[in-house]
Amino acid sequence: MPYPTTLKASEVSLASHDVDAVFIFILAIAGFFFVLTQGLLIYFAIRYRKKKGVEEATPYITGNHALEVVWIVIPSLLLVAIFVYGLTVFIKMRTPLPNAAEIQVTASQFTWSFKYPDGRSVANELRLPLGQPVKLIMISRDVIHGFFIPAYRQKQDVLPGSYTYLWLLPKQAGTYDIYCSQYCGTGHSLMRATLIVMPQPQYQAWVAAELQKQQAGAQSPAERGKALFESAGGGGCHSIDGSPKVGPTLKGIFGSRVTLTTGQSVVADEEYLRESLEEPNEQVVQGFQPIMPSFRGSLKQDEIAALIAYMKTLK
Amino acid sequence: MSDNHEAPNGAPVSARLGIWAFLATELLLFGALFTAYAQFRITHAELFHQEHLKLNRVLGALNTLVLLTSSLTIAIGIAAIRRGLQKLLKVCLSLTLALACGFLFIKYLEWSHDFHMGWFPRTNLFFGLYFMMTGLHGLHVLAGMGVMIWLLYKAQRGSFSAEYNTPVEITGLYWHFVDLVWIYLFPLLYLIG
Amino acid sequence: MADHPNTSLPEDRGYLSEHGFRSWALTMDHKRIGVMYIWTTLGFFVVAGILALLLRLKLLVPGPALFSDHTYNVLFTMHGAMMIFLFIIPAIPSALGNFFIPLLIGCRDVAFPRLNLFSYWIFVAGIAVTVGTLAAPMDTGWTFYTPYSAQTSAAVTALSFGLFLIGMSSILTGLNFIVTIHTMRAPGMGWYRMPLFIWAMYATSVIQVLSTPVIGITFLLLAAERVFGIGFFDPAKGGDPLLFQHFFWFYSHPVVYVMILPAMGIVSEVVPVFARKPIFGYKAIAYSALAIALIGFLVWGHHMFVSGMSTVAGVIFSFLTFFVAVPTGMKIFNWIATLYKGSITFESPMLYALSFIFLFIIGGLTGLFLGALATDVHVHDTYFLVAHFHYTMMGGTVMGLFAGLHYWFPKMTGRMFNETWAKSAWWLVVSGFNVTFFPMFILGMQGMPRRYAEYPAKYQALNVVATVGSWFLALGVIIMFANFIKSLRNGPLAPDNPWRGLTLEWQTTSPPPEENFHEIPTVTDWPYGYGSRNEAPRE
Repeated sequence: MPYPTTLKASEVSLASHDVDAVFIFILAIAGFFFVLTQGLLIYFAIRYRKKKGVEEATPYITGNHALEVVWIVIPSLLLVAIFVYGLTVFIKMRTPLPNAAEIQVTASQFTWSFKYPDGRSVANELRLPLGQPVKLIMISRDVIHGFFIPAYRQKQDVLPGSYTYLWLLPKQAGTYDIYCSQYCGTGHSLMRATLIVMPQPQYQAWVAAELQKQQAGAQSPAERGKALFESAGGGGCHSIDGSPKVGPTLKGIFGSRVTLTTGQSVVADEEYLRESLEEPNEQVVQGFQPIMPSFRGSLKQDEIAALIAYMKTLK
Repeated sequence: MSDNHEAPNGAPVSARLGIWAFLATELLLFGALFTAYAQFRITHAELFHQEHLKLNRVLGALNTLVLLTSSLTIAIGIAAIRRGLQKLLKVCLSLTLALACGFLFIKYLEWSHDFHMGWFPRTNLFFGLYFMMTGLHGLHVLAGMGVMIWLLYKAQRGSFSAEYNTPVEITGLYWHFVDLVWIYLFPLLYLIG
Repeated sequence: MADHPNTSLPEDRGYLSEHGFRSWALTMDHKRIGVMYIWTTLGFFVVAGILALLLRLKLLVPGPALFSDHTYNVLFTMHGAMMIFLFIIPAIPSALGNFFIPLLIGCRDVAFPRLNLFSYWIFVAGIAVTVGTLAAPMDTGWTFYTPYSAQTSAAVTALSFGLFLIGMSSILTGLNFIVTIHTMRAPGMGWYRMPLFIWAMYATSVIQVLSTPVIGITFLLLAAERVFGIGFFDPAKGGDPLLFQHFFWFYSHPVVYVMILPAMGIVSEVVPVFARKPIFGYKAIAYSALAIALIGFLVWGHHMFVSGMSTVAGVIFSFLTFFVAVPTGMKIFNWIATLYKGSITFESPMLYALSFIFLFIIGGLTGLFLGALATDVHVHDTYFLVAHFHYTMMGGTVMGLFAGLHYWFPKMTGRMFNETWAKSAWWLVVSGFNVTFFPMFILGMQGMPRRYAEYPAKYQALNVVATVGSWFLALGVIIMFANFIKSLRNGPLAPDNPWRGLTLEWQTTSPPPEENFHEIPTVTDWPYGYGSRNEAPRE
């Protein structure tokens, strides 16, 4: 985190550099006025404090037109300068380079899903090659979310029903945080993803490996379930390591006895798990909110079976 | 400006200023709905065209006439009480009330037809706006009627005279405003597709 | 006036003489209504403040702690909604405004006393409905963005209704004040002899009357969306979620000036009295209030730069936004110039007024980063924004309110508070405030989003600092209130004009009699005639 401990524009992306430059420019102006006004305030307060035993004889000063003009005009000019600088960079940030590769981003409570041009879909992890401009075309499946990469100084709300976009030009390899910046419900603060920027050769190798895995095809049901779980973003709400998130963990879920909000206790067998996918809010585990979306219709029966097979492996 | 400083509560200047400020509030209340109307009309021009044909223009026009007449009767009432004609005021207030009832009755006919046809606020954006706008306007008509019943009661007791008629006057202003809103609603919803 | 021997006997409690529930609940005395507003709003300040302390406590650790994430979301929603709608909007206008507008313009009551009482009681009714929703508490954030607020199972419909009532109270109060200021000023008080608090309240009232109905209709539409299934804000039905944001901010931006302008009015009263100097640039300050009110209506879109609104709209709103900074800056320069060659004493009202200026400068300057398009993209919806508006709202408005409470406490209660305790409270409040909120600027620049129940561990250190700061802030507020409450009972009797002020409220007794003045004063001069021209007092 170079920012804001050093006054140097971050070079991790094109926008980060430009935005930081504007930031430093405003900081300089704001700093000047900060020192000026606070300095005068404190100086006057000390200099003109009432001294003991001295009769107060203050001058009858009611104003000064020249001064009023000065402190209207000079700040106005500086404000226009700030506006113009901020505007120029903003326009640049909103105008994608024509050769930008397009990636579809789908937000849903509480997962990010990224779909690459080759058709692969990955949840909560975005990999980009270094130096390649990318345009993210974003839409939400439910409420408004906010796509935010602090290191890139880039942010855009993601709306249901209409596309918004953001374009990036990564300039340094590394791993960066992606946050949801627009409050979207219970799991809002856990709706995080990772941006991994890789040098071109590594990126190509990664893509090839992923495609090969996909073509290898014949997956076992449990493997297929794992892939489904990841692409549907199940990991946004359910952990597989035993820690509770927005929803209960899936570790050791199969065959375990769970207590419901009704106080009733049931065994999490195939039927319970199927129902939890299709009618998630009918039988909610105690201590959790009834907020899971239903997958009825969006998951086929064999996909549900695959997911259950996957859950059986999570011991 | 400080001329009526010692004047009792309800002095003309303050009452008039108060009602105008209140009408400014009302204007912005409806203004937001008109803004929503403008936006959706642009984004859903086709829908608005189709749906507006479903409304009954004849009843809408009739209602416009009813409401305009009621504005006239209350104006006559105000002119009457300024000359101290208490009886004419009572007649005019009763007429205005009757016309307002007529307006609401016609509105009721329209709405029950709509419901019968299965057009509800949730049907689509046009009907959503239609029911919200005419509904909110209808509530204002009801509120105006409430005030007029109170005025009629006061008039019955001889409270108003050529010297003191502020409540009648400001109610009149309010009623004209309600009328004015309808004059915009009618063409926007019924006529312009 | 200052040396006037204290004539008020403990038995003569002025407007406070009458006792009993009915004497308060059915009063049409603007002073009593003002006092009821003070108790109500400060009550919610305390409640919402406790919620804030709980939120900060949870944020001591990055992971799950204390209560669930859902509870956290409910608590920050309640904190925001209560602070905004039940405390900060009515705190100065309805409470101190009610008490002091008639006193400062020299009349016996507001223009419509009955309406004033009615406004108070619909405010209470609105509160009752709002508090009733705690049965199924809201978790939408105080901004109620659709479509989340249209879907969540919380009691949004009832809350909309409650807030609609509170809004109505706000409108009627504003209307009452506009008419009062227009028609009830004491003989001789032309517009340019009005105290600046009155100018500020006038501008505030105009905003209240013109912006509140829009939030009213927005809440109605939100309720209709949930009850009747109208889809104005629901994209699935052809609606537009951004329309809600436009409506919401068309109210909620101007309303930040409803919060800040009255506080600026108080500062404009307090600074000249304790600097013993005429206010510098009277007309500039007066007109800047109107300018802020006017421009304030045109800048709501700066809350929506990253919302998906068109780029062109963003550019226009950003441009206009910078012009609110000009009149705001003017006020600050004028207050500082007022201190020049003064004979300044530092009683607690002045300390709070000066800290208003100090903190508000920080709040204002950090606003530049939010108004500029490029930098807003980064800091929007982060802790930078949280810090910015707490510096303006708490560092600004609340400091202004505290200045006003200390300044007018002797007038309202007829008793003096303990100045030593008041000063120690001030030290804690101001230093605690900075320790709490300054780290948030840095957190925001580092990218920590707001409304995060759990956060990445790298942000922990500064969060711990902020939480510890909140304890000092709370301690300061507790001492301040304890001092007030103790002084209410057995503080020394206050003279009529303890601060040697020239505005009209100081010409009547402390506490004022039922109809404010034994004889309506005639005004012959502006109220800031301090300094050596003013050897002989007015009259």
